Amino acid sequence: MSTIENPTREKRPAARHVVARADEIVPGASRLVHVEGRDIAIFNVAGEFMAIANRCPHEGADLCKGKLVSLFESDEPGVVRLSRHGELVRCPWHGWEFDLRSGKSWCDPARTKVKSYDVAVEHGARLIEGTYRAEVFKISVDDDYLVLEL
Amino acid sequence: METPVLERSSEKSQMQGVVDCDVHPAFSRPDQLLDYLPERWKTHVRDFAVRTANPLLGTLPYPRMTPGNGMRRDSWPPNGGPPASDLTFLREQLLDQCNIDYGILQPLAAGSMAFNQELGAALCAALNDWQIDKFAGPEPRLKASICISQEDAKESVAEIDRRVTDRRFVQIAMPPRTMEPCGRRRYWPIYEAAEHYGLPIGLHTSAFGYRPNTPSGWSSFYLEEHYAASNSLQTVLSSMILEGVFEQFPKLKIVLVEGGFSWLPSLVWRLDREWKRMRDEVPHVKRKPSEYVRENFWYTTQPIEEPENNRHLLDILRWIGTDRLMFSTDYPHWDFDDPRFAFKVPLTPAERSAIFRDNAVDLFGLK
Repeated sequence: MSTIENPTREKRPAARHVVARADEIVPGASRLVHVEGRDIAIFNVAGEFMAIANRCPHEGADLCKGKLVSLFESDEPGVVRLSRHGELVRCPWHGWEFDLRSGKSWCDPARTKVKSYDVAVEHGARLIEGTYRAEVFKISVDDDYLVLEL
Repeated sequence: METPVLERSSEKSQMQGVVDCDVHPAFSRPDQLLDYLPERWKTHVRDFAVRTANPLLGTLPYPRMTPGNGMRRDSWPPNGGPPASDLTFLREQLLDQCNIDYGILQPLAAGSMAFNQELGAALCAALNDWQIDKFAGPEPRLKASICISQEDAKESVAEIDRRVTDRRFVQIAMPPRTMEPCGRRRYWPIYEAAEHYGLPIGLHTSAFGYRPNTPSGWSSFYLEEHYAASNSLQTVLSSMILEGVFEQFPKLKIVLVEGGFSWLPSLVWRLDREWKRMRDEVPHVKRKPSEYVRENFWYTTQPIEEPENNRHLLDILRWIGTDRLMFSTDYPHWDFDDPRFAFKVPLTPAERSAIFRDNAVDLFGLK
């Protein structure tokens, strides 16, 4: 068997898309965006932005219409621990809950999950210099924008 | 022996869309139904309210997720009002988006459960007028159900007689948690009328009842109540068969709505076995229970069973018969099934059109 020389190549750079102004999605709210043919739900969790695929893998509901919930845990009746406030989204139909950081569902993390995406806040001044693609609007130097990495 | 034969339309239906056998219309405001009541009952409801076995006025025995007591979170109409109260938004979100050619309305209101039976009958008549006025009248894709106050069989039959010439009504609606098991003779006049007119009776899982929701009393949790719905429909099926309802009314068509269906094989295996051993107790039951099950009963699919291995569902579907199952969404409730994604099993095209459309077209006479 002949060996093929394995050239060292750079990875294909991720495309970075400007998808919204940061102040358009207030804490606790969500926004559906379309990027390269994908529907992606972006959430503002207490000032931090998180993004997952919009379609619920169970029966197809729009996750961007889900409620942001906390992690509920209980070791015995009557005692409930709440943590990770607002970091899970609950599907608007059957209530499947997905961790916005990993995209995994709480009940069936191995099989039932959605893709999660990296999203960052960038200042307008930087965006104008870089190789970003603005999806919807003109970029002003003074504002903050959400940049989604695909 | 006379057996009911469903008349299949000779020419193939031109429809390509879905028939949804479980759509829940809602009042746009809590007292909307009063508009359809005569003055005598309006005053009564104002002064004494509608009393049922539920001790909590204005809510369900098991209040569910808020807001809206367990509605799809995305189903609140943009123009206001509760989910499924706005026909324009219902058309858009359900009928158009899910390609639904016909939706069968299943009103869930306390008419059939009112302690005051005269008021119950008046509420049912009001519900029937309201369905036509707000939904089935302006939207021909929506079909109405004749709601009846089943504990008063005479009044129920009178209501059926009054509505039957209006073809926008395609079934009779009766709750499964009746005062006595559904096979008892007090309900037979209703079955006689239903068979006479060829109208199916839809028994939709009910949050209200004259009795506790389990045989040993009230369950603690909503989750248990949700499951107890299946038990109530199992009681309907075995009671009607063992009381001999289908010997008396062999063409009666019964639809069990929103109680699941995967329990059916084991229940019927057991009924058949005991009938073979102990049929002397019920000499009026002339045939094996499974024969009535295959001829007189239909089942709606939502909330569809979801076994860990989806293919197990196929065995169950085929044992029950794909000619007995009819698709339903339960719009706008939280456990809604979307016709595009609900069935995670590989049905043949013929099975698919039977479950999603043809069985209901034939049963309800939709053309």
